[in-house]
Order: sequence, then C-alpha cells, then structure tokens
Amino acid sequence: MVPLSHFLLLGAVLFSLGVAGIVLNRRNIIVLLMCVELMLLAVNTNFIAFSRYLDDVAGQIFVFFILTVAAAEAAIGLAILVLLFRNRGTIDVAVMDELKG
Amino acid sequence: MPGVYLTIVLAPLIAAIVIGLLGHIIGRTASHWLAILGVGLACVLSFWVFKYHVIDGAPIYDAPLYIWGEVAGITFQVGFLVDTLTALMIMVVTFVSLMVHIYTVGYMQGDPGYQRFFCYIALFTFSMLMLVMSNNFLQLFFGWEAVGVVSYLLIGFWFKKDTAVFANLKAFIVNRVGDFGFILGLAAILAYCGSFTYSEVFANVPALADSGMTLPIAGVEWSVITVICILLFIGAMGKSAQVPLHVWLPDSMEGPTPISALIHAATMVTAGVFMVARMSPIFEYSDMALNFVIIIGGVTALFMGLVGIVQNDIKRIIAYSTLSQLGYMMVAVGISAYAAGIFHLFTHAFFKALLFLGAGSVIIAMHHDQDIRNMGNLRKYMPITYVCMLIGSLALIGFPFFSGYYSKDAIIEAAHASTAWAAPFGYWTVLLGVLVTSLYTFRLLFVVFHGKERMRDELRRDLREPRAVVWVPLILLAIPSAIVGGFFIGPMLFDSHTILGQSLFVLPKNDVLFQLAPHYHGAIEFAIHGLTGLPFWFGVAGIVITWLFYVRYPAVPAKIQSHMKWIYHVLINKYGFDEFNQAVFARGGRGLGYALWQFGDVKIIDGALVNGSAHFVGRCALILRRLQSGYLYHYALMMLLGLLVFLLWFTLLR
Repeated sequence: MVPLSHFLLLGAVLFSLGVAGIVLNRRNIIVLLMCVELMLLAVNTNFIAFSRYLDDVAGQIFVFFILTVAAAEAAIGLAILVLLFRNRGTIDVAVMDELKG
Repeated sequence: MPGVYLTIVLAPLIAAIVIGLLGHIIGRTASHWLAILGVGLACVLSFWVFKYHVIDGAPIYDAPLYIWGEVAGITFQVGFLVDTLTALMIMVVTFVSLMVHIYTVGYMQGDPGYQRFFCYIALFTFSMLMLVMSNNFLQLFFGWEAVGVVSYLLIGFWFKKDTAVFANLKAFIVNRVGDFGFILGLAAILAYCGSFTYSEVFANVPALADSGMTLPIAGVEWSVITVICILLFIGAMGKSAQVPLHVWLPDSMEGPTPISALIHAATMVTAGVFMVARMSPIFEYSDMALNFVIIIGGVTALFMGLVGIVQNDIKRIIAYSTLSQLGYMMVAVGISAYAAGIFHLFTHAFFKALLFLGAGSVIIAMHHDQDIRNMGNLRKYMPITYVCMLIGSLALIGFPFFSGYYSKDAIIEAAHASTAWAAPFGYWTVLLGVLVTSLYTFRLLFVVFHGKERMRDELRRDLREPRAVVWVPLILLAIPSAIVGGFFIGPMLFDSHTILGQSLFVLPKNDVLFQLAPHYHGAIEFAIHGLTGLPFWFGVAGIVITWLFYVRYPAVPAKIQSHMKWIYHVLINKYGFDEFNQAVFARGGRGLGYALWQFGDVKIIDGALVNGSAHFVGRCALILRRLQSGYLYHYALMMLLGLLVFLLWFTLLR
C-alpha cells in the first residue's frame, strides 16, 4: 500500500506549483485562476488521503463541497474576467495594480 | 498702640491703591493731595512714635498682628517690632518721603505719568515701612523685595527711553544676585534656628556661635554664623550697592530726580545698613563677616568716590557720592559701631536728599539738561537752591558743625580705635575718602554755581528759581542737614544710655563707641576738636584744590587730564566693572543662551526629537511602501509566507 507520505508529498508539490504559478505568472489572469484551482485540488488530495488512512468519510464529503464551490467559483471568476476584459481591454496581470494606494 | 503702627503703614498703601486704581478718575490734584495726606499722616504719627519710644522711653513693642501660615512649627506672620531703631528709621523714611512728595508736585508737573508716579512713590513708602518695622525675616524679605520692585518701576518710569529701560533691568538683575545670597541666608537661618522671628533667632544665636558647617566650597569647616552673616551681607551688597554689586546705582539715575533722592539716596539703598544693624546680634558673633563688611565698605567708600570726580552728569556725581557714603556706613557697622552707621544713615538721608532735590531744581531750571559743563554761575539766578546746595555740600564733606561732620567723624574715629584686623584698612579708606568727597562735592558746586556762564543764551534768559513746592522742601531738608548732627551725636553715640542701645547688640570686646565715649565732651567741643584733626584738613584741602582748579585756573583740569591719561581713563570707565559685566556675564549669559538655543533646542529637541522622529517614521515608510505593489499575487504570497511562518512558529519552535 502506498504510504500516506507519498500522497502528502504529492499534495504539497501540487500546492507549491499553484503558489509558484500565482507568484511567477506575469501574463494572464486565466493562469492565475487555474493555479488557484490547482491549489484547491492539492488540498483535496490531502483530504482524501487522510480520509482513507483515518477511515473517516468526513474528508471525502469535504472534497465534494470544495469541488462544488470551486466549480461555482470558476464560473464567477471567468464571468468577472470577461467583464474585466470588456472594461479594460486587457487581462495582463502586470497592469492590474489598482490596489496600490 | 498697634493701631498707630498699623496706620503709619497703611496710610501710604491706601493712598497708593486709590491713586493706582482711580488716578485717572480723581485727577491730578486729588492724586497728589491724597498721596501727600497719606504720607503726611504717616509722618506725623512717626514723629509721635519717635517721641513715645525715644523720649518717653516706652517699652519695645514686638508682637505678631496676623498669622497667615503655620507649617511644621514655623510661623509665618505679619508683625511689628517697634523699638528706637525702628522709630528712628520710620521718622527718617516718612519725613524724607513727605518732602519728596511735595517736591514732586513741582518736578513732575505736566508729566503724562503724574498719577502713576504718586502711586509708585506712596507704594514705596509703604514697602519701606514694612521693611523697617518688621519683626521677622519673612516680612523683612517682603519689604526688601517690594522696595526693589518699586525701585525697578521708578527707574524705568520713563519707559520710552531706552537707557531707562536698560537701567531698570540692570538694577533688577543686579539686585537678584544680591537677593540670591539673601534668600540662602534666610534659608540657613531657618535651618539652624527653626524660626523666622527676630527675637527667637537672636536668642538662638549665642548657642550656635561655636557650631560649624562644611560647605561644598573648599571643604573647609565654616562657622554657621559666618556663613549666615556673609550671605545676608551679600543681600545688603545688592540693595546698598556695595562693590561689586554697585553697578546699578549710577544707572538708576535714569529715573526721575525725586526718586533718586528718596529711593536711591535716602532710604532704600540704606536698607542694607539698617539690616546689618538690625542683625547685630548675629553679626557680632562672626569676626570674619564683620571684617568682610569693613573691606567691602572701605573699597566702596574710597574708590567709588574717586569715580565721582570725573563724572559730568550732575546726578551721577551725587550717585557716586551716595555709593561712597554707603561705604562709610558699611565700614561703621563692620567695626561694630552700628550706632555710628545708623547715625550716618540718618544725617545722610537729609543732606543727600537735599543734594538730589537741589540738583533736581537745577535740572528743572536747565530744562532737563544734566551736563554740568553746560552750567555755570547759577547762584546768580537760583540763590535759594545755591544756599541749600551749599549747606548740603558742607554737610556731605563733613565740615565741622554741619550734621555730616558728626556722623562721619564718629565713623573715622571709631575706625581708628577699632581692634578688628581690617580696621586699619577701613580707617585709611574712609580718611582718604574725606579728601575725595570734598573734591567731587565742591567740583560740582563750583562748576554749577560759580565760574563762567556756559549755557545757551535763550536758556539763560529763562533761568530762574523754580516754584515754591520745589524750594520749600529744600529749605525743610536744609535745616536738619545743618543742625541734626549736633543735636543727636550725644544721645545716639556716646551717652550712657544711647538711643539705639536697646536695639543694637555689641559684644564688649568690639564696643569701640563705648571706648570713645570718655573722650566725648559735648557736640561743640567735638566739632572744635575736629578743627585740628586730619579729616577736617583733608576736607579743606579738597575745597581749596577744587577752587583753584575750577574757579581760579579753569584750564588746569584739562591739563591734568591730558597728563594723567591712564588714571582718567580708568576712572571714566568706572574701573571697567560695566564692561566686565557686559563682556563676561551679559555676553556669557547670552552666549550660553545662544548655545543652548542652537544646540539644545534647535539641534536636540527640534532636530533630533521632534523632527527627527518624524523623519525616522518617514524613512521607514519610504522603505515599507515598496511592499505595497498593488499586485494581488504579491499579497497572496505574503499571506502564504505569513501563514508558513506562523505554522513553523507554532509547530516547530514551541
């Protein structure tokens, strides 16, 4: 049987990839959204792995919730993206510094 | 009796308050009448008190009138000590004050500050009476400071004149130096005697005579009494203008002449002498302090007189004369001849007030020109003033039979007989001082009233004797200046029960007047004996020299001046005291202030603390604002890193 640490390592690698994608990405907001999804999936992997090893279904139920929310979030995120593009004519991350005071 | 004493003090105060507050409503005439009536009442009652205490021999009155505080067994009170010394002082103060009040009506005529002047001068009379009638140190200090304040106000009376403002500030600051010593003296008295009341302190003094204290200076053991006396005397040096705190008195002549006569000649400046005499039960136990008093007094008596010889301002000459005479009084109290000091104070008050008021009369006639080089032969135009000034001058130089002779010769004789180690110095300074006194006094008299008429023609046509309010006080002061000495010398100094005997305390070993008493055979004999003495011939020599130089051969002084340039230079610069003070204390003070301002305030407080902290915050923000890029992913990364740090912190490190 594959030990728990392997799953956890996989989850950590996926999560780190997602974080790296968010930080290093200078181009596209879509990539940003995808990276967020990747991080969520990494978390899901952890949940399922623990659920399996601890014999507790609550983890898998959480994963369903997260998947649902992620789907909804992706839909809303893409809708916002479309509006953003309509208003600004670009989805370049480098010019998105509205938060700077 | 307390009612009478209280009336003496309060009459001038009420007059001052009413004039001060309502002066512009009641008008000029009512103001001066009110002041004159207030002081006149005080004067009449003072004469009565003098009779009651001195002639009828009433017992000493020493009682608190009002206790206004009590802390840890120390009582703060307003109280009167009325004995013969007080009776004599209040008589002198109120009489001279009354004369000056009357004179002021003429002198200040037309001045816009007329009511203000009367308010101040009545307030001065009140303060001075509080000072001399006090029965405790706190009230003495109150009077001491109050006369200082009024003196300040009156020197700067013409406050639009720059020199007057400078002079009053100078007087105030120099007096602060003296008062600092005085306060320390009072503190020492309180610390060692535990009381402010004269009688209790004096009772404690003999027990303290042998105790010592270690001061931070030099670590030498000092006698407590010596420290107290020297500190108190520093206060007296400020108020009575002794070297080196004398510098304010000549400048105080910027004030109106009546106050020069009253405050800066007759009464306030003699407060120091009065104080030392009043404290005789303390001073007697410190030979060192007494010798210190002799030396300071002697230096003042001789060297300030010398400066008077080269002055050209009529009032300044008399001011230097006042300094010199105060030195005489200090020498007298220093050799334990307190009675002689007070006697000289008493006669000096009359003739010096007379000289000042006479000078004021000349100044009125000369339309406020005070330079004696512009005067000359004024006796033709102002005979009354001339005669009065002549009497005052003869009294001042100690010409036999005039009042100044008796008091001054008594001091010289006493200094000669004294056994204190500084007494020979005191003797020679006061003896040479006679010659100097005679030189400057008769130089003034000859240059102003004799010789060529040097004033402008339009002024000459206008020259005449001023109004009666001006010359009547002159005559009233000339009478005591001429005769009071002969009447009082016996009772004051040499009789078996002297007037001041109950107020003054002299240890038998110091009692020079008692030793001189067997040689005294009446006032007239004293004067005739004086005709063969050195002081008389010094005085006459002074008159002859000045007559030769300023009447007979007027070209001589200029020649002497050019031949003895450096002496003249030293004298005209008043030994450089003013320059020294300006250079060291005034500029040093300003330099210190500038340094503290530039370094302490601008650099440290403003630069480092106030603006520095603001700059520090600004600089920190300058670095921190780079963190705010506005990119979402930066914030997200920060969030994650923060989370990571916390995770590490909570899992690994704890």
